Formats: sequence, structure tokens, C-alpha cells
Amino acid sequence: MSEGRVVGIDLGTTNSLVAYMQGDTPVVIPGVDGSNLVPSVVALDPVPADGSRPTVTVGNTARKSLIQHPERAIYSVKRLMGRGVSEVQAELKFFPFRLADDVDATNLNEVPRIQLGEMRFTPPEISAYILRQLKRNAERFFGAPVTQAVITVPAYFNDAQRQATKDAGRMAGLEVLRLVNEPTAAALAYGLDRKKEGVIAVYDLGGGTFDISILKLKDGIFEVLSTNGDTHLGGDDIDNLLVAIALDEIRTEHNVDLRSHADAVQALRKSAIDAKITLSSKDAASFDMELPNGERYQREIPRAVYEQLIAPVLERTAGPCKQAMADANLEPADISEVVLVGGSTRIPAVQRLVDQLFNLTARGKKPHTELNPDEVVALGAAVQADILAGSAKATEDLLLLDVTPLSLGIEALGGVVAKIIPRNSTIPASATEHFTTGVEGQTNVAIHVLQGEREMAKDCRSLARFDLKGIPPMSAGLPRIEVKFLIDADGILRVTAREQRSGQESQIEVKPTYGLTDEQVESMILDSFDHAEEDFAKRLLIEARLEAETILAAVEKAPKHPAWQLLTDDERLTIDALKSVVQILLAGEDVNALRAGTVSLDQATRRFAELMMEDAVSSAIRGKTMDAAGDELGKEINAPHPMAAAEFK
Amino acid sequence: MAPFKIVQASDTAVPVKCWSCAVAQNESTLFCSTCSKVQPPLRMDYFQVFQLPRILRLDVDVLEKEFYRLSRKLHPDRYARATESEREWSLADTALVNDAYRTLQDPIRRTEYLLKLEGESIGEEHSGKVSNSRASRVPSDLLEEVFELNMQLDELREGDASLRSDVEAAGQKFEAMLDELDSKLEAEWARWDEGDATARSTAQKQMVALLDRRRYLDNLLRDVKKVLGA
Ligand SMILES: [Zn+2]
Repeated sequence: MSEGRVVGIDLGTTNSLVAYMQGDTPVVIPGVDGSNLVPSVVALDPVPADGSRPTVTVGNTARKSLIQHPERAIYSVKRLMGRGVSEVQAELKFFPFRLADDVDATNLNEVPRIQLGEMRFTPPEISAYILRQLKRNAERFFGAPVTQAVITVPAYFNDAQRQATKDAGRMAGLEVLRLVNEPTAAALAYGLDRKKEGVIAVYDLGGGTFDISILKLKDGIFEVLSTNGDTHLGGDDIDNLLVAIALDEIRTEHNVDLRSHADAVQALRKSAIDAKITLSSKDAASFDMELPNGERYQREIPRAVYEQLIAPVLERTAGPCKQAMADANLEPADISEVVLVGGSTRIPAVQRLVDQLFNLTARGKKPHTELNPDEVVALGAAVQADILAGSAKATEDLLLLDVTPLSLGIEALGGVVAKIIPRNSTIPASATEHFTTGVEGQTNVAIHVLQGEREMAKDCRSLARFDLKGIPPMSAGLPRIEVKFLIDADGILRVTAREQRSGQESQIEVKPTYGLTDEQVESMILDSFDHAEEDFAKRLLIEARLEAETILAAVEKAPKHPAWQLLTDDERLTIDALKSVVQILLAGEDVNALRAGTVSLDQATRRFAELMMEDAVSSAIRGKTMDAAGDELGKEINAPHPMAAAEFK
Repeated sequence: MAPFKIVQASDTAVPVKCWSCAVAQNESTLFCSTCSKVQPPLRMDYFQVFQLPRILRLDVDVLEKEFYRLSRKLHPDRYARATESEREWSLADTALVNDAYRTLQDPIRRTEYLLKLEGESIGEEHSGKVSNSRASRVPSDLLEEVFELNMQLDELREGDASLRSDVEAAGQKFEAMLDELDSKLEAEWARWDEGDATARSTAQKQMVALLDRRRYLDNLLRDVKKVLGA
């Protein structure tokens, strides 16, 4: 087992990636469709005619479902990880998540279950499907099983969010060797090729989370000095803002309420994202779409208006940056370099804000953007995976010393929090506390553990409640129970306890406030034939054949679709030629050749698939139901065309 | 939160031999001096972790170097694929090294820790159902000024901006007191590090009193900054 490769995974809000160390360079492993990014979208296909369990799809295939069958798809599930039912209510206003309707009203900390079509999934299960897709991409790439991984999490993730991520790994059949903080991973990716010394700040504004970390680099040691952030701040918030404005304008100017049309809202959201991307390079972007009543919603957004609009969102990153500098006892002048991570840092207004926060231009400096901001975290995860594998020359001198982002405390009398491990403590970190009884003969002591910076327990996040039980009856104040709190290298808490005076071990009952039990996680491990590793080669061939057959079936039907006519003669000839090649390879046993052929055919049909999609999107905006649109476009629209590989049975 | 278990921590001292290469260890160390393998955790205080005597004036650059050296040997990243016991020992040992570094790196935390080792009770105390008895006694010579400052703070909180400059002045005054106190503390550090048993005992009592007063001033200044910042 320990001989296998360890991969690095960026499980992102918007996109996920898997990477590994190729010699001394980290590289992203592409999916079967040739793309490095797997959209973090999971969808449930319609129930097959024979009534069997519907297929779960991930990535680009699932992204199509998002517009075709929004009630069967989910994106940005990372926002729900490690949170209770009551906490996710706020998200429901902006995201089309549907919670299962049988919520236990007495336990609002319960793990929410998302309704996708006729099935229900917890957020870790949905993340597990994404992780398994990445695992499979890596296995295809290596032609060998992959069972160990490093997974990145936002630095500001709390205990429950980290545990939920680890649970997802386990469900996906991955042993999670380490959770690494995203900004720290990015620093590793940047620090690898040049043995830098100095203090760097990593500003990471992703799809749904914001982190700032300040690190000291010295002799190959990456020591995090401080970290701060907001786990609910990112590009999603900008999209939501644009969508909300468009919905309002459409209602007031055209008297149409699109809110009840989930598919139209998703189409609008797609336009908003396009507009956002355009505005990073152009001075204006425009919305232009046909409404169900036949009128058109046309709107130009000049860059200046857009920047004014998003300023409050971006401004929310300033506080954490200042706090992180204060915690590290540093001034902007002490920061020698700033690294930008996350797709949202492409926004010019973000870059200006960073420049101003760290006083860069005035000091003749520029932020680092050399590495692709969408890939840098995965690349860093691959570096950390290499460090953990412990066998490579490239990383043998590197060591990451990370910190816990939030203070750990226990509830004291009067609901006040007594801090026992301060935020920004290097992890692993521990604290030993002694407890005793307050009443004659008392045999139980209750302890409430919290995470957060506020003074009152009710304002911090509850982590768990413990009951120290079986304390030998003694006079009040006589028992002496030692409780050791330890935050491990993943940033997850462990607790141990013993009664010292009687020498008896006290029993503890732990009730984590949020999250799944061990048994629940066990029961959610994805059905998989991954365990049958001896059959691996056979499985690869079967899978490769299935992929080839699926794409051939789709290509077979392609000429009947109107989009086929939009292709050039050259494009059609290439597709035909590749089709014959794949048909020949399908009869043979050469897995690698067959896979290569399938990828080429898939790439050759990429434009055709896009043309088909555009057709589907514009139909959705016109307010047609998907079934009607499907009838009109022919059956192809529901066929699991090129990305069929991204499917699970 | 990870499922947890009850451990039997070993109170018994100094292992005689490395569990892995069986070479005798002459000192209580966290890793074997011969084969470098991590050793089961020991009960040692933070000064022992860095093989330092109980002194209060430390060179933090030297401390950092030693911290990095120990981290390279012991960190869980170095044992990700080792046996389960080695992984557990590496976790416990690294936590100890990190806790020790965090405490000794900061002169105030370092002083508090040393005084606790010497049997003084400092700062927060847990008893019964964890009570949090912050040192809230007002030092007698400050009673009058503190009383007035608290009134001004209350009024400022309620929006009376005219008192702002008064509060700022009071803040500066307390800041100066803190600086003065810190130089007194430094003098006591020297007395502790260099003195004989009698001098140490006097220094110890002095430091306890100075830290009590310091904690009080610190809290007061935090309130002032909070109100002025808002
Ligand atoms: Zn040895």
C-alpha cells in the first residue's frame, strides 16, 4: 500500500483538480476530456426505464444537467460542508439547494440532506462523488490504483468543515494523509522552484471562500505566522449580486418574475458569470436574453458601475488582511511578496485592492500571478503529497508548519469562553486543563468545547459537548480530572481524559455538535469496485471500452442534429476518420491506445457539443420546459455525449 | 471532531533504550540520537524540550533555529507513512515542541509559565465547573483614575464624542505605565537568571505582582482601544 502514489487534490467550490509530482515538477492530471478543471457539479441522471438506480454524473456532464434539470443537480456544495441544517438556511436564498423535507425539527444542527431528483445526499457524499471522479482520472492517467491523497481546505475552515472533508475522502475510497490549507499549498507551489527567504502573504479569493495567510520562508521551512478569512465570501457572491439585480430589473421593467423558473435562473446565472469574466478584461459587458413573454432583457454593464457594485464584497477581504498582519505583528512594509490565488483575483478591482492593502506599487512591487490562479492550489497539494510520501529528492528539505485559524475554548461560568489554544498556534498544538467537581459526591462533569474569537460561548461555534462520567464520588473539589485537548496536523481536535487522584480513567461521552458519526460515514462509502484491485487491468479495459462505445453512439447520431451542419467540412472529416480509428481499437485489447483514440474523438467533437449546448441554453431562456426543448432538439440532448466517462453507476 | 480514546500517558521517566535501534539514550530526548527515530512522549517541561535551564532571558533567534531543527525530525509530515505508534508519538512530540516554542518565544508567556513551574498560581484558574477568574482586582493606587476612565468610556460608548481626547490621554498614560512596568519586569528577569536562591525568591514574588498589574493594564488598554476604534 505504501508504495502507491499520493496525489494532491484541490476540492474547490467551483472547480476541482488533481495533481501529482512528475519528477520535481507538480503537474495537473487532466480528465478523459482533456480538461484540467473538473467543475464541482454533481447531477443525478433521470431514472432509467428499467427502474434501476439512476447514474450520478460529475463535472462537465453534470454542468449540462444544471440547466436542463436544475432540480437534479447541485453546485458549490462546499458551502454546505460541516454545517448544520439551521446554518444552511441563509444559503437557500441564493442557491437552488433543496433540502430533504423530513428534517428533524428538534435537531437543527443535523447534517442537511440535499434532494436531487428522487434521492438524498449529505454534502460529504456529494463531495465524495467529486473526489471519486478525480481519483478515477488519476487512476486512468497512471494505469494504477490511487488510494492516498492530500486534500486542500480553506485555511479558515473550522473543525466540522475539516472533518466533513475528511469524511468525504473516506467515502470516496481515499485515505486522506493530510488536509492542507489552500493558501499554504499555493505558497508551496510558488516556493518550490526558487529557494526564497522572507515574509509572503497569500491572498486567496476563490469561488466561495476567502483566505489570507502570512508565511515566513526560511531554510525550506514554510512557517505560517497568521491566517484569517471568511468561509462564505467569494466569486459566488458577485454572481449572486449580478443575478439579483437582473431579476429585479426583469420584474420591474418587464413584469416577469423569473424566480420561479429554476432553469431560467440558472441560465441567467451563466450569463452573469460570463459578464463577470468579460469585465475582467473589457470596459463593459452586456446581458441580452429573450424572456418567456417574448420581450428582451438587454442591459449593458459598464466596468465602473460593476466595480461600484462589487466594492462592498471586495471590501470584506480588507479586515481579515489587516487582522492577519496585526496578529503576525507586521506592517505592510514587512511583507516582501504577495501571491494571488483563486479565479476571483483576476478581477482588476481585486488586484487594486491588494496593491493598496500591501502598499505594493509604492514599494516597486507587483503581486505574483505567474502560476495559473485556478491550478496553483492543486500544484501545491501535489508538492505536499510528495513531502508526505517521503521518498523524493525535490521536497526532502521542505517542511510546512501551519496554524489553527480559530481559537479553541471551553465554556466557563456565566457563558464566558476560556481560551485554551489561541488562534494562529502552530499545529499540532495541545492544552491540558484540569477539572474538578463543584458538589459533594458529583460523578459527572460537563464540558462544552467551542471554536471562535468572541467572548461569549453563544457567539462562538459549538464544537462538541463532553460528559466526563464515572468520577469516583468524593468531596467537592477533590477529584482532579486531566483533559488533554490536541489539535492534530489536519486542524482537527482530539480529546483524552483521566482522573488523576483515584487513578481511574474517566469515561467520556463526546457529542460532536455537527457532523456525521463514524457509523454514518461507514454506511455512505460509495459502492465501488475500486476494492478489487487485482482486477484493475480488466476494469480499465472495460471502462475504456464503455467510454469508447458511449462516444461512438453519440457520434453515430450526430449528423441528425442541426448543429452538425454548423461544423466545417474539415471538422466533419476529422470526426469521421477518428470514428473509424476508435472502432478498430475497440476490437483490440490495447487500453492506452483505445483511451488515446477516445480522447482525440472527444476533443474533435468538443465544438459540436458546445453548439448543441448553446441551442439548449437559448431554449431554456425562452422559458420552454426541458422536455419540450429535448423533443425539439431530438434525443441527443439527453444522451450522455462526450463526457460520458464522468459517470458512476 | 475525531473519535477519541482514553490514553494511558506514561508518567514513568526516561526510557533507557531506543525502541527501534536499542541504543541506550543518555538523556531524555524526543528522538533517538543514533537512528533519529521518534520516541514515545515523555513528561518534560518546556525548558527541558529545548534543553534549557529555567532562565528568562532567551535568544529567540537561537530558539527558532532549535525549533526548526526539532520540527524537521519530529513533524507528522515526516511520519505520514510510518507505523501507527510512530505516527502517534510524532503527533504528541510535535505538539509538545510547538506548545513549548509558542510559550517560550513570548517573554510574558515565558515568565508566566516559569512562575507556574515554580509553584505560583498565575492568571486563569479552573475550578468547579470551570470558572474563569480573571485578575480583576483594581490595583489600589489606580482606583481613582480607573473609576474615572470607566465613566468616560461608558459615556463615549453612548456617543458623547467630546470625551474622546480625555480617553486618548488616559490611554497614553496607561500605555506609559505599561512600558515602565515592562522595564521593571526585565530587571527582575536579570535578577532571576543571575541571582542566588534568595534573590530568585524575591524576584519570583516581584514578578507575580508585576504580572498581575500588567494583566490589569492590558485589559484596560484593550477596552480603551475597542471604544476608540469603534
Ligand atoms: Zn534509535
